[in-house]
Amino acid sequence: MSLKILTVDDSASMRQMVAFTLRAAGYDVDEASDGRIALDKARGGKFNCVVADVNMPNMDGIALIRELRQLPDYRFTPLLMLTTEAGLDKKQEGKAAGATGWIVKPFDPDQLVATIKKVTG
Amino acid sequence: MAGIDLSRFQATFFAESREGLAAMETGLLALEAGSADAETIHTVFRGAHSIKGGAATFGLRAIADTTHRLETLLDQMRGGKRTADAATIDALLAAVDVLRGMLARAEAGAPDTHGDAALDARLAALLDAAPASADAAPRADVAATAPAAGAPARWRIRFAPHAGLFLSGNDPLRIARELAELGTLRTRCDLGALPPLRELEPTQSYFGYEFELDAATTRARIADVFAWVDGECELSIEALDTVPAPAPLPAPETPSAPLAAPSVVASAPAAPGSDKRAGETHDSSDNSIRVATGKVDALINLVGELVITQAMLRQQSAQLDPGVHDRLLNGLAQLERNTRDLQEAVMGVRMLPVEFVFSRFPRLVRDLGARLGKKVRLRTSGEGTELDKGVIERIVDPLTHLVRNAIDHGLEAPEQRAAAGKDATGCVTLAASHQGGHIVIEVSDDGRGLDRARILAKAAERGLVVSDAMSDADVWQLIFHPGLSTADSITDVSGRGVGMDVVKQNIVSLGGVVEIDSRPGRGMRVRIRLPLTLAILDGMSVAVGSETFILPLAYVIEALQPSRDDVRSIGGRSRVLRVRDEHLPLLPLADLFGVERRPDAAVEADGLVVVLESEGRKLALEVDELVGQQQVVVKSIESNYRRVEGISGATILGDGRVALIVDVGGLVRGCSAHAA
Repeated sequence: MSLKILTVDDSASMRQMVAFTLRAAGYDVDEASDGRIALDKARGGKFNCVVADVNMPNMDGIALIRELRQLPDYRFTPLLMLTTEAGLDKKQEGKAAGATGWIVKPFDPDQLVATIKKVTG
Repeated sequence: MAGIDLSRFQATFFAESREGLAAMETGLLALEAGSADAETIHTVFRGAHSIKGGAATFGLRAIADTTHRLETLLDQMRGGKRTADAATIDALLAAVDVLRGMLARAEAGAPDTHGDAALDARLAALLDAAPASADAAPRADVAATAPAAGAPARWRIRFAPHAGLFLSGNDPLRIARELAELGTLRTRCDLGALPPLRELEPTQSYFGYEFELDAATTRARIADVFAWVDGECELSIEALDTVPAPAPLPAPETPSAPLAAPSVVASAPAAPGSDKRAGETHDSSDNSIRVATGKVDALINLVGELVITQAMLRQQSAQLDPGVHDRLLNGLAQLERNTRDLQEAVMGVRMLPVEFVFSRFPRLVRDLGARLGKKVRLRTSGEGTELDKGVIERIVDPLTHLVRNAIDHGLEAPEQRAAAGKDATGCVTLAASHQGGHIVIEVSDDGRGLDRARILAKAAERGLVVSDAMSDADVWQLIFHPGLSTADSITDVSGRGVGMDVVKQNIVSLGGVVEIDSRPGRGMRVRIRLPLTLAILDGMSVAVGSETFILPLAYVIEALQPSRDDVRSIGGRSRVLRVRDEHLPLLPLADLFGVERRPDAAVEADGLVVVLESEGRKLALEVDELVGQQQVVVKSIESNYRRVEGISGATILGDGRVALIVDVGGLVRGCSAHAA
């Protein structure tokens, strides 16, 4: 069974690109447009990796990661932030919330797949 | 993976960027007005942030650069390091405009040239005045990852993860693998920290590692591998100057096996029950989808055909014996209900809240008020009122013109207002509401109102037939006359006398009606009444001779059978009908379209009359027979044939025949033109 990835981004184009890229690489991808929706989805079924944007309405990526880490199913799951190069303090904040690591925007398909392969491998 | 083509997502990006810019604009205006809440600045920031991310991904460098500056400013505002003063908001709004232009050009396929030097300078000046520059960090990153000449070829890395490393989803195995990609890797595992078995906490990390890496790489590249675990481990990276003979490190040599163990433990708690539920979470994350309007229109057309087919079945079945065909008739009745519901649902797809139009006005009002030196407050209500997309698109220009007029001509200068005992800040109100089968949009202001005497004087000057005895409503309608403008000076905003007539034409072509109400010194109100949709019409079908005509129900006041005494002849041919002390022009529908009346109806004096009203004027129309009331699907004659005077469209009847829809507005206008 292929690995399940959850992509979380309020920007539909970014989310679709991430999903499209990962599907093309053989992953089973689900999408969520903010942290709250993502959290509901994550509670409903186990994902092997979550890739979340930082800036989102309702629940941002950092709050999402903090919440996910509390769930027994997600204690050890790779939780990645999709962030911009300038967001250094956000990286720290994300780490403190329990993020595994980050993927830097601008989004590069090859790099995304390589990173996902790495953390789920 | 090089085969992945992301260009297909560009359209989504552009659409989303437009929405993002609109949200940014709304947010910035709220910030300026002081009506922003804590979330507003975050919304504005997210707008810039998303556009930047997308633009960078699609290689739109100039857009990414501009949004980057914008984002930095907004981040400072968000962090409380910068106040939202007028200069900043102004620059940010200007940036929104510039970005809108850049995105439009990029969407049209123009090369990604730089946007606007003046804006860049403005943003740069603001950023230079910033307390702290957030730009230093990425530059340092770039420098650190740059390849260094003469790098050592061999490294010793000591890596001692903290106990909680697994709890961040990290895994020493992944790090070892990544190091192995750089060169030849030898690993030694330090089990010194491993506690006795009964004290062992399986979710914790106890091992330390010593890696020896043969690779001509940089310290930064190696540090990069450990970037995610920075602060969660003790790490030392040491360059070994000499390359010793390949003597293998002492055992245990552990490329993967011992490392794999904790990772197995790590994922174990997740396993039970998780796979079973996997399939249940495939609902869409989005509450909406984007569909090309062409597809929706095709659907509406098909439903229209279905409605016609259904009407045809109803007509055919009317002759059946209900006793014998009871079940068939029940089925047909149900089909009729379902068809109507389906039609309503499909039409609903095309409906958009009028907010789509209203949302553009706060900015327009702000800019225009500033330019004209007037203080203006905009109030809106009923933004959720839904309207057909086609109507929405075509109402934008008329509304824009009316709002501009209200500010330019309607509202007085602040001193004048104060002198008149009014609030120095003028108020322009946009209100939308449902009224019957119509949408009413009102544009009102609390300005000086229309000047009756001046309009009459201007009209006389232009050679129009006017008199002082005209009713206010008639005088106000004069401002829709081509070439009549009430502004004393011609401004670049409005006042060339072209416009109000175009406004009226636009609205009438939508099947709408414009009414004006004005009180001197108190302001004026323009009321636009529009049909909900252009595709379906509630009609009254009437027969004349062998032809059937549809009268749009919105115009129909009543149908009656007048007595001979109520019909009077004036002069030669024109006749009037007295209805409750009102004399209405009486026209035979047959004469208007050159149809032969039924022999029996023509002789019969007590014909049927339908009273119609448009723009406050009434008219009585003589017909042979009232057939019934029904919803009809409007087919354009103009696009299928050509424009026909007196006819606004056509529809297909249940029996397959074509019925023409009478242009009642035009008829009433024509009739009163003859009278004048």
